[in-house]
Amino acid sequence: MSSVEVTGESQGTRLLAWIDARFPLSKMMREHATEYYAGKNFNFWYVFGVLAFVVLIIQLWTGIFLTMNYKPAALDAFASVEYIMRDVEWGWLIRYMHSTGASAFFIVVYLHMFRAMLYGSYKNPRELLWLIGMLIYVALMAEGFLGYLLPWGQMSYWGAQVIISLFGAIPVVGDPLVEWIRGDYNISDITLNRFFALHVIAVPLALVMLVVMHILALHETGSNNPDGIEIKANKGPDGIPLDGIAFHPFYTAKDLVAIIIFLILFSAVIFFAPEMGGYFLEHANFEPANVLKTPEHIAPVWYFTPFYAILRAIPDKLGGVVLMGGAIIVLFFLPWIDRSKVKSIRYRGWGYKGALAVFSLSFLVLGVLGTLPAEGVYTTLARIFTFLYFGFFVYLYIYTGSEKGKPVPERLTYHG
Amino acid sequence: MMNNKFIKPVALKIVAFAIILIAPLYASASGGGALLQHAGNDVADVASLQRGARNFVNYCMGCHSAKYIRFSKLRDDLQLSDDQVQENLMFGAKTSDELMEISMAPADAERWFGQTPPDLTLIARSRGTDWVYSFLKSFYLDDRTATGTNNLLLPGASMPNVLWALQGQQEAVFHTTEKDGVVTEHFAEASYFEAFELVEPGAMSPEAFDQFVRDLVNFLDWAGTPEQLERQRLGIWVILFLFVFLIFAYLLKVDVWKDVK
Repeated sequence: MSSVEVTGESQGTRLLAWIDARFPLSKMMREHATEYYAGKNFNFWYVFGVLAFVVLIIQLWTGIFLTMNYKPAALDAFASVEYIMRDVEWGWLIRYMHSTGASAFFIVVYLHMFRAMLYGSYKNPRELLWLIGMLIYVALMAEGFLGYLLPWGQMSYWGAQVIISLFGAIPVVGDPLVEWIRGDYNISDITLNRFFALHVIAVPLALVMLVVMHILALHETGSNNPDGIEIKANKGPDGIPLDGIAFHPFYTAKDLVAIIIFLILFSAVIFFAPEMGGYFLEHANFEPANVLKTPEHIAPVWYFTPFYAILRAIPDKLGGVVLMGGAIIVLFFLPWIDRSKVKSIRYRGWGYKGALAVFSLSFLVLGVLGTLPAEGVYTTLARIFTFLYFGFFVYLYIYTGSEKGKPVPERLTYHG
Repeated sequence: MMNNKFIKPVALKIVAFAIILIAPLYASASGGGALLQHAGNDVADVASLQRGARNFVNYCMGCHSAKYIRFSKLRDDLQLSDDQVQENLMFGAKTSDELMEISMAPADAERWFGQTPPDLTLIARSRGTDWVYSFLKSFYLDDRTATGTNNLLLPGASMPNVLWALQGQQEAVFHTTEKDGVVTEHFAEASYFEAFELVEPGAMSPEAFDQFVRDLVNFLDWAGTPEQLERQRLGIWVILFLFVFLIFAYLLKVDVWKDVK
């Protein structure tokens, strides 16, 4: 027995001490988990952040395995996907997890963003948190769009054709820009190759870095909560927020329940409805890309349809592109458009509650319209709801100049 | 107890959300259905799959490939022996590792038919089983076309009715419209379609022919998603496991949160 051995100190403890002297492992665990305090009244709407993280891991993991068998070449891509589906061990499972994961990503991110609007999570001091989140959303849209070309089906090809051609509406630089993006006069093998590179390296790398920044920004300001009160304003003598509980073990335990419920729903789709009626995997995409045959009806995947509906609602191409881009850009400015000091919808006036309902409805209706052909009454509806979508922001800026709500309590409401 | 308060609204919201998610599917499911007949095939019926494979190889594979399917996969999933596959289904291929390809060159096919007959591996996925079933039963005599037949679901189809010897020949009856005393006859337009009339019986009774097409569609259903049975079988176990896991995770959550007031 060595004389330096201290009784009661296990090998593990000593290893940790060794690491801690060289890398802030324990310190990080404390700062981001065991001593990161969040309001104890988180509800249903607070699970989507962690779920987005779970989906990110699923996408990265399954993506790696898909890359091992996928061939990013116009002549081989479609066949290699079918090869994955048929000949690769568990290939169908990996592929369905990835294709379902793409849609799941947008579902949880949309709900996560809606949560921020419900409880004013973008307001002071969390504006940067919101902006980083918006960048994640834009990166996610880019990732979804790039990835959709890879199976090289009819919808992959023609969907990309439509979206890329939108850049052509930009005056002067439009046409050269489109050519630059495609790398060719048409969508071709070259386009597929670069989309593959961006989809598997550039954008995921950006996404992961942005997610790290998002979490760092969150942990700097602390999480918002359904009451929209800063829990740091009421600290105990030990410096711990009175209404806060540690992320670990409290929210890790609670989030685990949410994650499993999510995985049950996720599995239900993967195993029993991987096409989700043509919304997660479009029927037309089971036909290989055909340069000479334009599909009768080109619709992007569901998560882009609200913006696609806005694009088509405007008779002028450039106008449509500007408005479609504007529909996303305006969200960046939300922390400054919403001037109300009150964060949570619980203590805000009916003027906000009603407007948020109209806005949400507009988004959903535009999403449905984007899947339908742009004709007749659909176009009229798309115009009405596009107006309501943008009207929300104008109204919000004016309304929040003098919003009358309910008094905000000092402490969190929690019925344990 | 607070936990019930947590779980109940959550469950409600999940249900509500699921409805929001699925609702548009119903909206799009309708439309264009009048001409479609229900295929009613069953991918679990191996005998039907075997007959379907035989029908496909004998009647379709002269022109259409199924080039994403490997003969060995066909052998295993359809519970056939190597010899059975070799003698009955493999005409061009030498080993069962090969794909179900055809020898007709696409360029020739285009010269002969005006377009290359599409690969059919995924046709049941892209068009749906009911469509394929109905398509194969919707050929009718039309002497204004090069093939002498037309198809109600795909007007102007360059494909002839290859199954006519089995089905017989049928004519399509379209109703006429009258406007201002002028009677207009309609041809080949689905919206004026009334019924098919068998004018020359084939080698099979209508019931036997339906079964022939159903087997063929069943094979194509399998061909499009050969993993579907295994997927559903596995899915039940995965979800059962998650439910058990959920119970323990929930108990853990209750225990961890018991002192939070």
